[in-house]
Amino acid sequence: MDLTFTFEQDELREQARAFLAGRPEPAWEELAELGWTGVSIAEDAGGAGLSFVEEAVLFEELGRALYHGPYFSTVALALPALPADLRAEVAAGETSWTLALAPLVSDLDTADRIAIVGGDGIYELEGAEREVLATTDGSRPLGVVRGGEPGRLLAPTGVLAEIRARALTALALESCGVAGRALELAIEHVSTREQFGRPIGAYQAVSHRLADAYTQLELSRSLALWAAWCVAESDEQATVAAAAAKSSAAETAVAVCETAIQVHGGIGFTWEHELHRLYKRALGIESFIASGTRLRADVAGALLDGKRNMASDATSAPVAVRQGG
Amino acid sequence: MDLRDTPEEAAFRERLRSWLEENLPTELQGHRGGEARFEGAALRAWSRALYDAGYAGLTWPKEYGGGGAPYSFQAICLEELARAEAPAHVGVIGLGMAGPTIIAHGTEEQKSRYLAPILSAEEIWCQGFSEPGAGSDLAGVRTSARLDNHRFVVDGQKLWSSFAHIADWCILLTRSDPKSTRHAGLTYLIVDMHSPGVEVRPLRQLTGEAEFNEIFFTGVEVPVENVVGEIGGGWQVAMTTLLHERGTLGFALQAALEVQVRKAVGLARDRGADPILRDRLAREWIELQALRMTNVRSLSKLMKTGVPGPEGSIAKLVWSEANQRVTKLGLELLGPDASLADANAPYGGYWQYQQLRSRGNTIEAGTSEILRSIVAERVLGLPRSR
Ligand SMILES: Cc1cc2nc3c(=O)[nH]c(=O)nc-3n(C[C@H](O)[C@H](O)[C@H](O)COP(=O)(O)OP(=O)(O)OC[C@H]3O[C@@H](n4cnc5c(N)ncnc54)[C@H](O)[C@@H]3O)c2cc1C
Repeated sequence: MDLTFTFEQDELREQARAFLAGRPEPAWEELAELGWTGVSIAEDAGGAGLSFVEEAVLFEELGRALYHGPYFSTVALALPALPADLRAEVAAGETSWTLALAPLVSDLDTADRIAIVGGDGIYELEGAEREVLATTDGSRPLGVVRGGEPGRLLAPTGVLAEIRARALTALALESCGVAGRALELAIEHVSTREQFGRPIGAYQAVSHRLADAYTQLELSRSLALWAAWCVAESDEQATVAAAAAKSSAAETAVAVCETAIQVHGGIGFTWEHELHRLYKRALGIESFIASGTRLRADVAGALLDGKRNMASDATSAPVAVRQGG
Repeated sequence: MDLRDTPEEAAFRERLRSWLEENLPTELQGHRGGEARFEGAALRAWSRALYDAGYAGLTWPKEYGGGGAPYSFQAICLEELARAEAPAHVGVIGLGMAGPTIIAHGTEEQKSRYLAPILSAEEIWCQGFSEPGAGSDLAGVRTSARLDNHRFVVDGQKLWSSFAHIADWCILLTRSDPKSTRHAGLTYLIVDMHSPGVEVRPLRQLTGEAEFNEIFFTGVEVPVENVVGEIGGGWQVAMTTLLHERGTLGFALQAALEVQVRKAVGLARDRGADPILRDRLAREWIELQALRMTNVRSLSKLMKTGVPGPEGSIAKLVWSEANQRVTKLGLELLGPDASLADANAPYGGYWQYQQLRSRGNTIEAGTSEILRSIVAERVLGLPRSR
């Protein structure tokens, strides 16, 4: 039973935070040089041969930095559908991808190539027209594709369950990054801003809201780490863990940003302040793919409608015995 | 990161599961707790069985009757007990507070004398901290302990002391230096509840049961070897007790919540639930997983570094509020039958009792307000509110 990061994973987090500080739009080639585009790609395809747990570290940091680019669309959405030769191109930083899972497609402004779900398979979409739409969250634009022809068959639709779990988990992790940054700003502010002769953080109406924000964030982060581990291990609980994590973390990010805006007072309501951009990413994540309410309906279905009672199996899940160390 | 059991953990889990299958009496499964725990001898016998099989005090040192096992075994044990809906050991205060405090601060003699009977449920403990003038602000304790010739003479009043009416021993926080104020001059004593001058008056709770009590101490003599820690150093010892009371590792709280959520899921499957109740149930199931994974994070940090992660400090706060929501959800799932009580109610009034009892959860062992202030000040580093 271990839900902590290794020393190397912690180092990756520090490296990512330092690299992304103040530069939320690095070029794809730069990310490839850092080894980020090929984290979970096999070594013989030019990747690092690591797992989704290392990608999880990056998703949280990318969320925190409000990264704008095709990392989520390539690594969380498209990667499981890509054959080895195309993965090698991703690892090398030659191409990025997005996947049209639904009418609104992410990162059409930055992704090089588009995959689309059609009938029995996932295909490359060739010659389509792209239209990037105005979105509240400017850091992850959505768009639509029109026309075009299905090209190469990339994968059977069987991989969609894995893609959904990866995508929901990545969004949960991004949400934790967003919420963590908003909470950090709030703590800084209430510790220094004084009114009525004391730092406002000494007032419980302020400090207890932040204690609640911290509590929600840590609960959501625990779910996101659980889901990340399940995805990395292709554990049978990946589907439900990802739904639980995304429903919790996206709502947490929205709530924590709202608290942070409130305790900042007027400055929190300005365009200059970072908070509204964090807030808009949180709102964007909450509605993307499936909202918290929608995902909880899935969880309720698994709990109540199946033949077996999932609560009795999943809750104290003793998963298979680890082989070797 | 690896959520699987190690081979040793898996073997332990397997053994415990089959032990539970063979040994848990069906009539004790899903026990409602409360006063009924001490009616008859069944739960004491069950606690004794846990001890004899080596499942009580798993992490306590072997030489005092414990299991000498790593914390992860304790976590697994609590999970499996919850999974089987087995009742917890009756020695709530002894196991959760007195024992860990004695292990941390007690003398060799105290450890040999007191620990094993806690585990075997032969001796029941109570906690005498709160007073009329000292609740959230525990440093206001006034019960006096006057040192007189190798014994303390104790006078004063304690309030809200759970199980005092059946307890053999009390962990008592006293003021031994009459000139002292606040955190200084306090002494932590082990008091024999059968001593002359100890009077216990049960207080009826809003559930109708009387599980907590007033204790009056009049000239009660306590031998000086019953001091835990240093004379005058009672505050530090009391903090150890509170740390354990609030569930440093939270697994016991998680196990209790797991039983409630499992029962609520079963209830919803039996009686049906509309989409709004389904949403709320899913929310509580998710919250339970979140609490569990938070505990695992805190535990794995403890096992790696010797210090539990700060996220563990939210366990009691999260559990208490979740338990209040889940039990209320249970009532809603019952529909109009929710108004019935006791034997007239479905499931023997389980949900009605649990819901009322849950209101105490955000008061006992540190109110939610106090716990939020602790998170704000100690974890987030915000300026102190007092
Ligand atoms: C079921 C139950 C079992 C118990 N068992 C035991 C036991 O075995 N042994 C024992 O010693 N005690 C026991 N207690 C007592 C418990 O620890 C106290 O009730 C608790 O610490 C609160 O103290 P109080 O009742 O004096 O309330 P107060 O401290 O007067 O608090 C009243 C309200 O004011 C709020 N408040 C107080 N101070 C602050 C502050 N600084 N900031 C914000 N809000 C504040 C509180 O949160 C609460 O909402 C038990 C209580 C219950 C309900």
